[in-house]
Amino acid sequence: MTTNRPKTLYDKLWDAHVVVPETDDAPAVLYIDLHLIHEVTSPQAFAELDARGIRPARPDRTKATMDHSTPTLPAGPDGRLPYASAASEKQVDTLARNCAAHGIELFDLASDQRGIVHVIAPELGLTQPGMTIVCGDSHTSTHGAFGALAFGIGTSEVGHVLATQCLLQRKAKTMSITVDGALAPGVGAKDVILHIIGVIGVNGGTGHVIEYRGSTIRAMDMEQRMTLCNMSIEAGARAGMVAPDDTTFAWLAQAPRAPKGAEFEAAKAGWAALATDEGASFDVEVRIDAADIRPTLTWGTHPGTAIAIDAPIPAANDAAARKALDYMAFNAGHSLEHTKVDVVFVGSCTNGRLRDMREVADVLRGRTIASSVRMLVVPGSEQVKREAEAEGIHEVVRAAGAEWREPGCSMCIAMNGDLVAPGQLAVSTSNRNFEGRQGPGSRTLLASPLTAAWAAVNGRVGDPRELFDARKEVA
Amino acid sequence: MSALSRVASRSVVLAQTNIDTDQIIPARFLSTTERKGLGKHAFHDWRWLADGAPNPSFAFNREDNAGREILLAGRNFGCGSSREHAPWALRDLGLRAVVSSEIADIFRNNALKNGLLPVILDEAIVQRLMQRPDDTLEIDVASRTLRTPAGESFAFPLDSFSRTCLLEGVDELGYLLARRDEIQRHESAHHKEQIHAR
Ligand code: SF4
Repeated sequence: MTTNRPKTLYDKLWDAHVVVPETDDAPAVLYIDLHLIHEVTSPQAFAELDARGIRPARPDRTKATMDHSTPTLPAGPDGRLPYASAASEKQVDTLARNCAAHGIELFDLASDQRGIVHVIAPELGLTQPGMTIVCGDSHTSTHGAFGALAFGIGTSEVGHVLATQCLLQRKAKTMSITVDGALAPGVGAKDVILHIIGVIGVNGGTGHVIEYRGSTIRAMDMEQRMTLCNMSIEAGARAGMVAPDDTTFAWLAQAPRAPKGAEFEAAKAGWAALATDEGASFDVEVRIDAADIRPTLTWGTHPGTAIAIDAPIPAANDAAARKALDYMAFNAGHSLEHTKVDVVFVGSCTNGRLRDMREVADVLRGRTIASSVRMLVVPGSEQVKREAEAEGIHEVVRAAGAEWREPGCSMCIAMNGDLVAPGQLAVSTSNRNFEGRQGPGSRTLLASPLTAAWAAVNGRVGDPRELFDARKEVA
Repeated sequence: MSALSRVASRSVVLAQTNIDTDQIIPARFLSTTERKGLGKHAFHDWRWLADGAPNPSFAFNREDNAGREILLAGRNFGCGSSREHAPWALRDLGLRAVVSSEIADIFRNNALKNGLLPVILDEAIVQRLMQRPDDTLEIDVASRTLRTPAGESFAFPLDSFSRTCLLEGVDELGYLLARRDEIQRHESAHHKEQIHAR
């Protein structure tokens, strides 16, 4: 291998973090810049370390928050938070104890910087281009939006990173997904990624790191890029990434933990050099035309079942598809448009950021949600909540008849007591529609914040492009 | 981790494709600080009916499937979340190997760290094996082969590092700790700064 061979963004990040190169006999030892932990996947890792008498190697490089099991309702009159179970409360307490014992910075329930792990690290500027970032959580791919190599790990690996700041890894294959052209009004980043997963399949990215490229991606703001990278794992990819550019640098310039002044300028020069070199090749290349992307939802029980809102649900050609249709109580040949909806959930690390809150508020302003619908709007972090409230978004949400909650994962994973009831149909801005994901027997349509909010208003799935036609008429 | 060199067992079949980690262990059972005891919740929502009675049509509830250590699963098994609770639950259920034509990356990694052997074979072979779940299959880690009683032998991919770890029952943490000097050299050359001080 010559040194002047053109490299992809992934190649550059990989090379910069290899401590011991991989061989046929052993994976590489890869250095990890930033390790994020939360209450659900870390307790067994700390227990293992404690049992072996090992202290964290670089506690400054691990940051912790509480998000999965935490209630989104405020404390009751007795001052106690309404935890779903004693076990949930114990997990949260265990994290606090482990962080205190090992000198790890924790954004706890009292912190005004707390929130979903993949929302707060970018907000704080902990997430930076060129970093390797891991977390015991598959949606760590979100941070790839900044040109970081970010991926989910298991609990044993959480222990490895705590103990050595390194992981054993084999280099992945590369896949470029190039999206070019302008998106139609009413079509957003969530539709783009659902469309992509629909095209390449729920396992289409297996073994690969995806780099998203093209004019559509360049035109996206950081929040949209995070939505996109977030769901890379839903296509089976190890990670998803976007090369850093001025949009990225502008975000970091205002992030509290990012470098400042001369340090920022120096860092920026390094970040700008990370982009994939001209002439670098990918193992797989996919091209998507933005003009082909319509509002997209899922009809089945994995994210690969994404179809355009007005497209027919495909005929079941195997047992899995028949089972999914049966579970969802849908018929092949029908479109999802006009499907009656019971619950609408806006939030999660996919779509719980300020932009998402604004899009939802724009739909709800001056409207009320259908009386048959229960709608939860859950900001992804304290900062999102604060900024949204400063714009009066909470009041728009409440006036429309929806609930405005405290930040957390909430109904995305339904661990904290926020549940969709058995048989109910939810339109959700989260990232997984697996059987029972939002509660036993729950049925989930994944969709964009616009599609979700419009469904809440209509009580049925509706095409959010209608909103933009109507607005034109009004103007 | 206990060593694993050979699995010889009849199989349980879950032919469905894309069995995700939310099915293997639903999120509401992740509120634990332990690794043990998750077996009773494995495949919970398929295994137990709403009233808590076992679902008689679910494979793991069939009496003649008790004690089987091999799962034959549809393509893309273990997709979804990174929860290591998934292989913990399957091990706790008594499984030692999962055979499928495709196994999701993170699940595969997590499985290997917990003495659960991921065996990837061609779809056509998996389909054939699924027709004969009462055959005792022999999976040999050292030679990376799966053998049927009819004498067929199928090779499966397993990198030599994982193979050694399984055979010797050593875990990756020990391997990483032994490289502490190299890690420290790399760190002081490239990652010395204390990051993100408040
Ligand atoms: S919001 Fe959902 S996907 Fe994101 S970290 Fe929380 S549980 Fe995971």
